[in-house]
Amino acid sequence: MTDALNPKKSFQALILTLNRFWAEQGCVILQPYDMEVGAGTFHPSTTLRALGPKHWRAAYVQPSRRPKDGRYGENPNRLQHYYQYQVIMKPSPANLQDLYLRSLYAIGIDPELHDIRFVEDDWESPTLGAWGLGWECWCDGMEVSQFTYFQQVAGIECSPVSGELTYGLERLAMYVQGVENVYDLNFNGLEGEDRISYGDVFLQAEQEYSRHNFEAANTEKLAEHFKDAEAECKALLDFGARKERHLMVLPAYDQCIKASHLFNLLDARGVISVTERQSYIFRVRELAKACGEAWLKTEGGGACGAACV
Amino acid sequence: MPDLLLELFSEEIPARMQRRAAEDLKSAVTNALVECGYTYEAALSFATPRRLALHIVGLPAHQPDTREEKKGPRVGAPQQAIDGFLKGAGLTDLSQATIQSDPKKGDFYIAIVERKGQPTASVIADILPSIIREFPWPKSMRWGKASAESGALRWVRPLHSIVCIFGSDTETPEIVNFEIDGIKSGDVTYGHRFLAPQPFHVRRFDDYVSKLEAAKVVLSTDRRKDIILNEAKSLAFAQGLELVEDEALLEEVTGLVEWPTVLMGSFEERFLDIPPEVIRATIRANQKCFVLRRTGSNALANKFLLTSNMIAKDDGVTIINGNEKVVRARLSDAKFFWETDLKVKLEDRLEKLKSITFHAKLGTQFERVERITSLAKELAPIVKADVKKAERAARLCKADLVSEIVGEFPEVQGLMGRYYATRQIEDASVAIALEDHYKPQGPSDRIPNDPVAIAVALADKIDTLTGFWSIDEKPTGSKDPYALRRAALGVIRIILENGLSFKLSQHHIDSDLLAFFHDRLKVYLRDKGARHDLIDAVLGIDAGNDDLLLVVKRVEALDALLTTDDGKNLLAGFRRAANILKAEEKKEGVSYKNTFDPNLLKESQEKVLGEILSFATLHAAEHVLSQDFARAMRELAQLRPAVDAFFEAILVNAEDPALRKNRLALLAAFRDATRTVADFSAIAG
Repeated sequence: MTDALNPKKSFQALILTLNRFWAEQGCVILQPYDMEVGAGTFHPSTTLRALGPKHWRAAYVQPSRRPKDGRYGENPNRLQHYYQYQVIMKPSPANLQDLYLRSLYAIGIDPELHDIRFVEDDWESPTLGAWGLGWECWCDGMEVSQFTYFQQVAGIECSPVSGELTYGLERLAMYVQGVENVYDLNFNGLEGEDRISYGDVFLQAEQEYSRHNFEAANTEKLAEHFKDAEAECKALLDFGARKERHLMVLPAYDQCIKASHLFNLLDARGVISVTERQSYIFRVRELAKACGEAWLKTEGGGACGAACV
Repeated sequence: MPDLLLELFSEEIPARMQRRAAEDLKSAVTNALVECGYTYEAALSFATPRRLALHIVGLPAHQPDTREEKKGPRVGAPQQAIDGFLKGAGLTDLSQATIQSDPKKGDFYIAIVERKGQPTASVIADILPSIIREFPWPKSMRWGKASAESGALRWVRPLHSIVCIFGSDTETPEIVNFEIDGIKSGDVTYGHRFLAPQPFHVRRFDDYVSKLEAAKVVLSTDRRKDIILNEAKSLAFAQGLELVEDEALLEEVTGLVEWPTVLMGSFEERFLDIPPEVIRATIRANQKCFVLRRTGSNALANKFLLTSNMIAKDDGVTIINGNEKVVRARLSDAKFFWETDLKVKLEDRLEKLKSITFHAKLGTQFERVERITSLAKELAPIVKADVKKAERAARLCKADLVSEIVGEFPEVQGLMGRYYATRQIEDASVAIALEDHYKPQGPSDRIPNDPVAIAVALADKIDTLTGFWSIDEKPTGSKDPYALRRAALGVIRIILENGLSFKLSQHHIDSDLLAFFHDRLKVYLRDKGARHDLIDAVLGIDAGNDDLLLVVKRVEALDALLTTDDGKNLLAGFRRAANILKAEEKKEGVSYKNTFDPNLLKESQEKVLGEILSFATLHAAEHVLSQDFARAMRELAQLRPAVDAFFEAILVNAEDPALRKNRLALLAAFRDATRTVADFSAIAG
């Protein structure tokens, strides 16, 4: 194996290894969703596919944006843009913990050398109206993944329940590569002149986006855009609504994702008071709920098609 | 006699739920067995991160037979009643019932229902599924394929297998067969997740425990806890260090491991500049590790102890390295926060409090600080605190809330204020007040004793109470989201334990809030062993009951008075007078006032009483004013012989209406006299 493909030597190889591993488990290997999201869970392949009776297995990298976590590239551990590796299996297989541990082994974490632990951490996303029970997965005292059995998404009981795994890729890579600063990660596994580091790829972006998130983003416009996205989401849901079917959930859900990111930006700009915060979260949740309800009336959501009428 | 062994093997159970779950399992199963007519010798339950286990010792192999007599209707009763009886008793025909004769009531049907005891294994197989389905987890979940169906089994995390074995030492134990959502009970379990994952068969409890031990699982929570504590102490000792004990953390890490191995890691000395509480909070909250101090000193060492669940093939080198790396990253953050925080003076943080909402209806933290400051200034002279210092401390008391460290670890609020104040060379009392104004946090927490801290602590709590009272957010039943009971108890403890005397009503406390204080005071005094009727008697007098210290002194004085003969007889006299007055007042629909006419007093006994009454009342009132309740009580006690003599010799209901009225007014005067110290009518017994 060349270093370029060694998950202990290169960031991209870590991703490739996980893709290969989960492909072998029958997951659809998807590409990132082409919108700004706060976490891999927002990808419609998780949020919407977790609803309804249809079986589903997918894995993908999702670039995730947390505007508030920007540190102008100066903090070795915090980023406003980072990668999550997301796996969803519905229904959750009986050996999901085992599969997870084997995936760690695949990327070079030998359970006979490390102390791997499942520590209670119940996951909740107020904006998505979602919650589940599970753990933070610890490797030698460091949280490397989140493991959740979804119980509810978009305010709707999951039936059947999906198992969701989220790996914090940078953190995991820092651990297996043995570096203390995220920007020092080897991205492509090469050395010398050919070496490309995480900093080479993302440092400038972190600096610029931190300025944007904290200083420049036009808060009045953001607030307007939020309203627009909210209204558009509702309008699209109305447009697609038929009696027992729905014809326009995914475009409507995009607007919900947009509203959520706009809220995060406003929050980073520090213009949202405590009470306003609650109301913004509530508004996004209402959109997510409406999209979830509509999803259940689609083919993907398991609604019976014209064929069986 | 045979034993029962039950194990429920699942994915990782949250540490905080394990002990309770083991207890719940034991009581659910034993209760169900008792209901089925069983007795047993002993029951023990256990929990590890992945299993709940139950061992019931000495359970009979067969359920005891039962015999029950059911009384039916009389012979010849309507068919409907007879049918009902047959159905209820499980009979098909009246011939199966017997007839019992009763000399008074005639002949009755009786059904004798005999139930043959079942084999115990089948009784257990009957009761367990519903116990498992209805298990009282604080939070439970569904999972897997089964979760597509309604009514799917819920457990704390996915349940994988069940061991259920019943039998005695001498014979081959049998598997108690049952099935829940596709999980079949059996005799197979698994060892440590990494060290011995293979399945193995178990036969009975002893066998189970020893095989688990061989498979690197210590079943008993207390044993795992002991192992961790002992290993931690001896590792520390070997380095000339001392474990900083932490019971809650120990309990938690015990619930995270099946095979504990304690390892020591270290961090750079330079991190020891950070306040020790912050180092501890960082390492504890994020890493669940223990900190250490140098033996015989309070200073922390640059070491920590982690409890791993592994015997790693490199003896833990990798595990220690990994943990050290995380600790280092966390302490770097903490050090950065601490140093950043020191660059900003506390007073320069106040502006930021304007952006923090304390409560939507009560404004920002900044506004709250304004209120606390003005109240602290007001209270300072009363508690003998320097007004300037109290004002300064109050103004700074919430400034640390916007520091980085407190943002990260809210539990060190106040303490950090003190550190920052000390670093910026504030007056020592001011610095202490920044920490101590949060105290006491509960009935056993220490109370502030520096006057400046007392002033700010009282101001902080009184502001909280008056604030929430003003927006009608009072505690109800078990709901007290703003910990107002704790705040009121805090005020009470600070006042009483520091011997502070002042009127609460002069510091923005209205009668409704005062009544709340009185309720908390009753609870507090009752816990201290005071008679609640005496508290009621003292609180029944409105005048002065807003000074809690005086209330307590009055209760004590009243209690002392009532242990004397004079006191007891005075009380008896009071009751007699009060009863007479009550009866007469009711009859006539009037209420008697103490407006007796001394010139109408005829007999010597009433003259004496009238005279003593006027000066005893006067004196008692004087002593009450000067807060000498014991003397006030003694003054009243002096009334006793006169009262006794009065009742002995005088007929209150004299024929002459003027005389009678005057005598009743005299009794009313006596009744009023007792009210100078307490409401005697509230005294029990």
